[in-house]
Amino acid sequence: MDQKINNKQQKGSKVAGVSADCASCPVHHAANLKKLGVDMESWDFVVALAGNPNTGKSTVFNALTGLKQHTGNWPGKTVTRAEGGFEYGDNRYKLVDLPGTYSLLATSLDEEIARDFILFAQPDVTIVVVDASRLERNLNLVLQVLEITNRVVICLNLMDEADRHQMKVDPRRLARDLGVPVVPTVARYDEGLEELLAAIHEVANGETLAKPYQVKYDNPKLDRAVSQLVTQIEDAFPQVPNARWVALRLLDGDERIIKAVVDGELGELTYTRDDLEGASVSHVSNKSGFAQ
Amino acid sequence: MNSNYEKILKSARDLRWDIGVDFHEKTMEALYTDATRIADRAVTYPKEKPRFDLDRTIDKLVTSRVWGFPLMILMLTFIFWLTITGANYPSGLLFSLLIDKVHPLLKAGAASIGMPWWLDGVLIDGAYLATAWVVSVMLPPMAIFFPLFTLLEDFGYLPRVAFNLDHIFRKAGAHGKQALSMTMGFGCNAAGVISTRIIDSPRERLIAIITNNFSLCNGRWPTQILIATIFIGTMVPAYLGGLISAISVVAIALLGVLLTFVVSWALSRTILKGEVSTFTLELPPYRPPRILQTLYTSMIDRTLVVLWRAIIFALPAGVVLWISANLMISGVSLAEHLVNILNPFGLLLGLNGVILVAYIVAIPANEIVIPTIMMLTVLVTGGNGIGEGSGVMFELESGLATLNILTQGGWTLLTGVNLMLFSLIHNPCSTTIYTIYKETGSAKWTTIASLLPVVMGFVITFFTAQIWRLIAGW
Repeated sequence: MDQKINNKQQKGSKVAGVSADCASCPVHHAANLKKLGVDMESWDFVVALAGNPNTGKSTVFNALTGLKQHTGNWPGKTVTRAEGGFEYGDNRYKLVDLPGTYSLLATSLDEEIARDFILFAQPDVTIVVVDASRLERNLNLVLQVLEITNRVVICLNLMDEADRHQMKVDPRRLARDLGVPVVPTVARYDEGLEELLAAIHEVANGETLAKPYQVKYDNPKLDRAVSQLVTQIEDAFPQVPNARWVALRLLDGDERIIKAVVDGELGELTYTRDDLEGASVSHVSNKSGFAQ
Repeated sequence: MNSNYEKILKSARDLRWDIGVDFHEKTMEALYTDATRIADRAVTYPKEKPRFDLDRTIDKLVTSRVWGFPLMILMLTFIFWLTITGANYPSGLLFSLLIDKVHPLLKAGAASIGMPWWLDGVLIDGAYLATAWVVSVMLPPMAIFFPLFTLLEDFGYLPRVAFNLDHIFRKAGAHGKQALSMTMGFGCNAAGVISTRIIDSPRERLIAIITNNFSLCNGRWPTQILIATIFIGTMVPAYLGGLISAISVVAIALLGVLLTFVVSWALSRTILKGEVSTFTLELPPYRPPRILQTLYTSMIDRTLVVLWRAIIFALPAGVVLWISANLMISGVSLAEHLVNILNPFGLLLGLNGVILVAYIVAIPANEIVIPTIMMLTVLVTGGNGIGEGSGVMFELESGLATLNILTQGGWTLLTGVNLMLFSLIHNPCSTTIYTIYKETGSAKWTTIASLLPVVMGFVITFFTAQIWRLIAGW
């Protein structure tokens, strides 16, 4: 892979005139991928990798960072959070591999780690790795992530699996419906990673305008309750980017979120906890301009 | 608390009454409905279902009530047979290189620069030889076993194992996912203990942590393989030796699985009572394993990491052994004193003092049990010109020569069998103990997890010895 990239770089510089078209194409920047491994001295953006168990998060992680996280074909393999870095274009990225979860309701430690990271650490981009051959179930998680953040890229992975089952998955249709970029990949064989990088780059730099899909609850009472709470929440925590989600969680009696309101933590977003190192998190939130 | 915050919570509480009690279900339902709708729009399914579904066919076979277990055992036996027969040759090669060639060179080098005898002893006969032994004995089997295991993992077989074992674990009052942490324990117990994080209920997680030690870890595979080869493999014609040895190693491993069930059952009915929690386990699709990548990651992630750990522990252990064998107290070495003290107890268990001392020395790493045993046996029986002097870890090239030394030290088939049993059932190594402490954060559970197996080991070897002696009339 490294070899391949180097070749491309050389080719690019030699025939600069010919590749003018290529240069304007976002995919072209993939030639600038530099896998940084665990070298994460400083970074411009933090990218989280979420997804259902066994969809290939660790494989994507390895492909982007050049690290060799152990991958295995069984759900629940990643129990700790792995971090690595890569450089793409002019930016340095820190990539965080979250444990695989089916939802973000925080009913288990895995879900709590994943949700707390997406919510409190406020990654600049959240990649949701999705199993194309089991789209319906995977979308449950996607919709929940979209309620928390709009800075999302869907990595429609395991396209080869879908092919094998003679399913046709339409990434454009999906992107239109979900309102965020969708990139088809086969991470095991490094297919589609260049497009994925381009999408990450655009979301991180705010070049993509996301209009994330909102689940329709079709319940006037609920809508009223939510909008009333949203007003209150936005009054108390003007920076909170996902007041609707917070309102829904409060209505559901989510202890963790209630606590975040009580502590005023929701407004500070300089979240520190043993497994979310304080330094890196506050760095992120300061830089993203969400804090204080 | 900020009054604004209080107000928010209050209105949330009030509104909750308004929107009805089935709010949670309703929102989840809405989520699922929308997910289904979006997925339906994006996916086109084949017009007719393909008649032959490979995944399902394989699944029917490997998770079938009739064939599931035999296939599992067959696969395990095959992997060990490959490991045992395949590791022989490279092991011998490494051995003759590191010990027959490099060791004399080092000795000669030390002599030529006039190194004092004790320094030469500690460094070359102690530290170097211990390390060389561990490398030559452990590297080849690990380099075969781990990639094979990782390939099975990459292919998607592990969740099927969990599926097969699930109902047994439930009957034992434990979590079905314990099958996964148990399988990870076959590589390394410390890794197995960490992997119990996939179990949510603290009660079931504790059961999984305490019983993980019954998964034979790679530090113990070499001991099992060597003892099986020289004591059991030599009882049958040579061409059957490898197979019979492999079968007896699998038998020990299966005994470990059985003990996992029994101990889980006992724990869940005594100190860890509680309900069994349900869970959904997704059987992932079979994926063609990526051979090269698997070889690479299993080499870096598992083989080298484990080997490095073994070396780190073998180095100081070699030094300590050499010193204890050369430190004389009233004319007898410290090591010999220890062996003599523990010998009566060891014999009661069908083991001997040497084995017990070796297990004390090997608390940091099980890998060095066999070299320690060999060294101490030669020391106690007076050597007879074998080996390189007192306190030198060594391995004899042929299994028969090893057998001879051990028989000279009073070993019988019973000693061999009981050593295999004790190697399966004794305290976890210090790394695992530390990991258990880190994961549970409790000194109490760490103590239970450390002491329970060793007490069980004493009891089981004791009864094996008594019954054996009764039948054999010794």
